[in-house]
Amino acid sequence: MEPMQHTLESFLRALRAHDVRVSPAEAIDAHRAAAEVGYGDRTLLKDALCVTLAKTAEEVDRFDSCFDTFFARAPSERSRDRSRPGELEAPPGSPDLASQLLAGDEAALAQAMEASAARVGAGEIRLTSQRNLLTRRMLDDMGLRELEAMIQALRAAGGPRDEALAGRLAERRAALFVQAAAFVERQSRLYASESGRRMRDALLAKQSLTAVEPEDFRAMEALVRRMSKRLATRYARKRHQAHKGKLDVRKTIRRSMGHGGIPFEVVWKTETLHKPKIAVLCDVSRSVASAAQFLLLFLYSLNEVVERLDAYAFSDRAVNVNDLLDDEKVDDAITLVMARVGFRPTDYGRSLDDFLDAQGSKLDRRTTVIILGDGRSNYADPRLDLMRAINDRARSVIWLNPEPETYWGQGDSKMDAYGRFSTVAKTCNTLGQLERIIEDVLRTYMSR
Amino acid sequence: MTDSLPAGSHGHPALASVETIIAGLASVGYIASRRIATALFMATHLQKPVLVEGVAGVGKTELALCAAALLGLPLIRLQCYEGLDESKALYEWKYGKQLLYTQILKDHMGASLTGAPDMATAMERLHGTGDLFFSEPFLEPRPLLNALREPGGAVLLIDEIDKSDEAFEAFLLEMLSAFQVSIPEIGVIKATTPPVVFLTSNNVRDLGDALKRRCLHLHIPLPDQGLEEKIVAARVPGIEASLRTELVRFVQSLRTLDLRKLPSISETVDWARALILLHAGALDAELVRETLNVLLKFEADIVAVEPRIGELISIGA
Repeated sequence: MEPMQHTLESFLRALRAHDVRVSPAEAIDAHRAAAEVGYGDRTLLKDALCVTLAKTAEEVDRFDSCFDTFFARAPSERSRDRSRPGELEAPPGSPDLASQLLAGDEAALAQAMEASAARVGAGEIRLTSQRNLLTRRMLDDMGLRELEAMIQALRAAGGPRDEALAGRLAERRAALFVQAAAFVERQSRLYASESGRRMRDALLAKQSLTAVEPEDFRAMEALVRRMSKRLATRYARKRHQAHKGKLDVRKTIRRSMGHGGIPFEVVWKTETLHKPKIAVLCDVSRSVASAAQFLLLFLYSLNEVVERLDAYAFSDRAVNVNDLLDDEKVDDAITLVMARVGFRPTDYGRSLDDFLDAQGSKLDRRTTVIILGDGRSNYADPRLDLMRAINDRARSVIWLNPEPETYWGQGDSKMDAYGRFSTVAKTCNTLGQLERIIEDVLRTYMSR
Repeated sequence: MTDSLPAGSHGHPALASVETIIAGLASVGYIASRRIATALFMATHLQKPVLVEGVAGVGKTELALCAAALLGLPLIRLQCYEGLDESKALYEWKYGKQLLYTQILKDHMGASLTGAPDMATAMERLHGTGDLFFSEPFLEPRPLLNALREPGGAVLLIDEIDKSDEAFEAFLLEMLSAFQVSIPEIGVIKATTPPVVFLTSNNVRDLGDALKRRCLHLHIPLPDQGLEEKIVAARVPGIEASLRTELVRFVQSLRTLDLRKLPSISETVDWARALILLHAGALDAELVRETLNVLLKFEADIVAVEPRIGELISIGA
């Protein structure tokens, strides 16, 4: 393989690590593109590869940064002109590394480093925590041990010239450490950043919503958005499935009358798809406050996906928050909702009453009611009669509870009773579960 | 590189390099960034369709129109919408003529079959007659088929592909990767000269990976000050340089605000035209307030911007 082709292959690998998907077919395209424009003009090559490989606006950004990092020429910090008169020469028979260091031969050092990196698999780096280990291995491969032994020997010999040589070598060795670390750092940025992120995301999706560390908050938010976006795509796909149906014989014959019974126009049966109507009642009281942030976040994202979503938030009273979700930006919306109704003691009975008052007339066989809450009503009247009414009118009632099932019905929890009046009552305290359940809701609607 | 160019549109002198494309597009009134020109260059040299994305009014459709003008090829346009299917995009049978044909055939066969001694001979004679029922003369070509049949090649614009259904997207795959279509009754129809294909998308929905993989991807961002000034200069030649700089700077600062719909290039151009009609020589708060509805399309945005007009103009000055 030509060296430039080899470079292109490594670049494609770096791109994949940066979450730019490169299929084999696209890799072939990339090679064709590179062959077409050549490697001489860097901007042209960058643009040509970009239009071939990056397929979304986000990928374009990632491509640009990856390209710049990958083809960044490591600026050589020390140049050869450091060799002063009376420069210390490496004694004959000393290891290559030692002579290169003493001569200040940056090019040879860089080559040796690249070669060692390839041998120890620095390009395979997946986690940033592997950096130190890899640096060490790379240096060992370059002959660090021999170098150390030589310094030791020189020190032991004790002559003034030996001493000076040892000092110079130790100094250059320190610089080499820094260079190697920087090299591995660059490899890590190229190849490890995304796989690390993916692992963290997978962990976060399984993390209990009530126990998210503040530093993971941003990552979690991004995750919620991606999930709702994914749902949106899948949901849109489902909605369009029923466009064609079977032959509508009656209509076809009726239309053919004008043409003397010849069926010029064929009419197909189409099915009216019910777009889902979803009403969500979200508990934002003290007991579930930490999970409420994410429930609201999900609600917000869902609001952008589902056309007819009625959202309510409640502690002691239920309030319609559609306006906030529609008009405000996500952070503001959540803060405002929490300010409006959050952090108060819960009263499920009154909240259900408020909900029925406001939403009751709109509840019908096409509406799914989703209730997010722990079912702990501070010993107030749970108003199971209202819950029954909601269940009777709506197509289905889905209750998602952040508490594990063993806690249901204990203390002031009325969850076991509420659960009876729900079509589904489930524990939901991770994002993964949340996504699965919402997807189920959407799917039930789309299946005919 | 240049000597291996395929025949047809791709040998056009304007396609020799990215620079000639930039110059060529400029000559037909489209100011292209390097990346846009590179996309067109790669599209014609690798013979792949280009998927153009970007917010509304940033010049996606315009690019296809100008590319057609530059290459001197006919532009065939297919506007996508929900429910678009192959009978509207690719071909349809001419049902009326087919029916007439069967009538004629019936009469004709009646005459030729009367002499047959038994059923078997009659069937043999029937099969012996050429079956033209599903044949090219009865084919009513739609945009995609027209684009494939254009002898000298064409520029095919599949506009707003994201508005179409997933099924239609899948249907396009064969067309986009091999520049051919399969019609079950006839067989495969292959393009004589592959058309230059542009697909545009506003990101109403995420497009499938299969489609994206077959296309080059071009994302057109909102332009920077310099590029936008050039665009305005090209589109609205009569405008004074000072006013042009001023108004582009105002639009650029508008884009830093938090608005529902940021003004894009088409709005800037419209605004420039409006200002010319009003014989404006320079921006002032009153003038901007009166013409703000050209730039901003939502009442809420206008309300948000109005009190800050003075401030925005002074940033620009």
